[in-house]
Amino acid sequence: MATDFSYPDAAAKAAAVPKEFGPEKMSLSMGPSHPSTHGVLRIQFELDGEIVTKADPVIGYLHRGDEKIAENMTYNQFVPYTDRLDYIAPLANNMAYAIAVERLAKLEVPARCQAIRVLTAEMARVSSHLMGLGAFGIDVGAWTVFMYCFEEREKLYKLFEELTGARFTTSYSRIGGLARDVPEGWIQRVDAFTDQFLPILDEVLSLLSRNKIFLDRTVGVGVIGRADAIAYGLSGPNLRGSGVANDLRKDRPYSGYEQYEFDVPVGAQGDCYDRYLCRGEEMKQSIRIIRQIVKNFPRGDWYAPDARKIFAPPKEKILTSMEELINNFMIVTEGPQMPVGEVYFEAENPKGALGFYIVSKGGGVPYRMKIRSPSFCNLSILPKLCVGNLVSDVVAILGSLDFVMGECDR
Amino acid sequence: MTTDVDLTTAVSQHFPSALPRASLDCPAFNSSAAEVAAVLKYLRDAQGFDFLTDLTAIDWTAEKSPRFTVIWHLYSSEQHRYVRVAADCTSATEPVMPSVTGLWAGADWHERECYDMFGIIFTGHPDLRRILMWDGYPYFPLRKEFPLAGLPAALPDAEISAETGAGVIAAPMAGGPFVATPGQPMSAAEPRAKDEAWNEHSEKTV
Amino acid sequence: MVTANSELTYNSKIEGDIIVTRADAAINWMRTNSMWPMPMGLACCAIELMASAASRFDIARFGAEVMRFSPRQADCMIVAGTVTYKMAPVVRRIYDQMAAPKWVIAMGACASSGGMYRSYATLQGVDRIVPVDVYVSGCPPRPEALLDALMKLQAKVKREPAASQLLHP
Repeated sequence: MATDFSYPDAAAKAAAVPKEFGPEKMSLSMGPSHPSTHGVLRIQFELDGEIVTKADPVIGYLHRGDEKIAENMTYNQFVPYTDRLDYIAPLANNMAYAIAVERLAKLEVPARCQAIRVLTAEMARVSSHLMGLGAFGIDVGAWTVFMYCFEEREKLYKLFEELTGARFTTSYSRIGGLARDVPEGWIQRVDAFTDQFLPILDEVLSLLSRNKIFLDRTVGVGVIGRADAIAYGLSGPNLRGSGVANDLRKDRPYSGYEQYEFDVPVGAQGDCYDRYLCRGEEMKQSIRIIRQIVKNFPRGDWYAPDARKIFAPPKEKILTSMEELINNFMIVTEGPQMPVGEVYFEAENPKGALGFYIVSKGGGVPYRMKIRSPSFCNLSILPKLCVGNLVSDVVAILGSLDFVMGECDR
Repeated sequence: MTTDVDLTTAVSQHFPSALPRASLDCPAFNSSAAEVAAVLKYLRDAQGFDFLTDLTAIDWTAEKSPRFTVIWHLYSSEQHRYVRVAADCTSATEPVMPSVTGLWAGADWHERECYDMFGIIFTGHPDLRRILMWDGYPYFPLRKEFPLAGLPAALPDAEISAETGAGVIAAPMAGGPFVATPGQPMSAAEPRAKDEAWNEHSEKTV
Repeated sequence: MVTANSELTYNSKIEGDIIVTRADAAINWMRTNSMWPMPMGLACCAIELMASAASRFDIARFGAEVMRFSPRQADCMIVAGTVTYKMAPVVRRIYDQMAAPKWVIAMGACASSGGMYRSYATLQGVDRIVPVDVYVSGCPPRPEALLDALMKLQAKVKREPAASQLLHP
């Protein structure tokens, strides 16, 4: 496995600088409006020429008060807010939130619902990694990669739109089930997408993987040692790139992940290149999972049929039967009734481990909801990681960490 | 690999005051502010919980005592399981908790966020300042008495404030959020607009 | 040859190599067809902004693919995403740094009015700190909606009395 790597020695580099250039440091503020910061991130640098001696990220420019909003909304009303956390893979957030709340009620959803959730989450993973790849490429100068990735994402958007009605802010899951079942022929279209996607993915990766410029910019840059990755609570490809083989889909399977065969790519060096390779390979593994689901798509209910106080009954019943009418009224106005207690559930999202800690005092509105954001934890390593690198390396590092500020700031 | 029962017995043997906490999923312990750093260190070193995945707090409102509870979630990368540790802050007016940045470097930002949202001071933290709100923000937003719409304050930049005349205002809720208040008779249970007195067109008169 | 028509007209048999038109028409034509946006991409709407710049929706058809992140080189600031109170002064500063003529498109519900984030940290509409020319609704608006907004902005710019503004600032 990976051994610990030491950081480039800033003192040695500084000692190598010719004496006439003097020791004055420069203060540079990168962002919050910057093309390469992937959102509204501000980093306050102290530079010694081109070398970073101190980096202090300032976040919170997209803090919208999600956790306070959650204390005032019912569980179903909060689903659109989960879309906008990691807004590049909203379906994965929807699923993580729904499962967390269902854990409160100890509610198990049927196999078809689980399969649809996993299918959409893996499609969201492909979409997110395509975006990460595209943005990383464009930050280090590869325009073509960006364009190709976005065209593939458009195809995914078309599929999402057919299923949920929205291109990406989908709000698809509900507590106890989904918003609607898959439409006629959709599964076949997903299958067609996977067939044409793999050759294009290979082509896109071939543009970067052996590209001398890309290798120069990413190999050996931003090395995260194994101990640091664990100490800072990294997760997702950032953690696996450093050699820690942790993936919640394998270690603590949820929503039926244990039935599917897939591998988890783990890096060795912990540099930007390894994280890039991890994401590329994860996309291929996601396609593998999608294919398995499409081949054995379960029949049955797409919502928990006996969760009277949690999932709204089907429309025909509501309009004809008194009990269902009352249940629907209570669920919509007061929210799905959850028991007293607290749960913590983490899902393996494309960016890392997205966790929801929900404290419930009963009723349809949570008392406290904490959203454990993978991007928040992934970014916390930045002060340590940037020191000793060049400013242009920082751009490569930010691209390889693949964070999203909507999730980081909530 | 210790099971949940073994973990509970091991922890209570080493720390008799660490009592089990009611939990729907993972083993959980209630500890005290004085002892919690030692409990967390024990869990990390002796029981293999090498990840601090989350650090947060709960405000039980000013009427309750203790008011603030800080929660740590630990994860073991070898055994693939979680544990939750909770400790109450002794004071409701000046909540204080020891910092665990010495144990996990990642606790730095989590504790800054807890301070920003609740006002809990973490002793031993290298640089405790606001992280999500700006430095001069006068309130602690996640406290229960702070309204969702917010309270008026000054913009972070005085120059821009003077130029545009804008400031932080309480958001016009227009009667929302639309959630029914439980426990009322059915006719009153419909989520009526709770306070339509102020919206985009008429400012709050208070 | 003077006509009342303010559009650009040209008849090669009559004018030959000289086109006679109103200064307004010419200036506005140049401005509308090379509207360089300054993408203030803050949140989810920024992804749709990027999608409209990508190959399928191709904002380059309108001459606006030159996303200039430097405000000095941009004409139009597209505020795409939620503006929080922490970010608001930054948005205003960047707006101030833009050279006239400049326009603002508030893209999405959050930029237009605060969107679904009625909370303590969100500016309830970017028009509280910068003057907005076009609002786009949607959460997020489709790229077609953004392009429609761009076209509405172009129509608005075409109506401006550009020459008199330049002569009498």
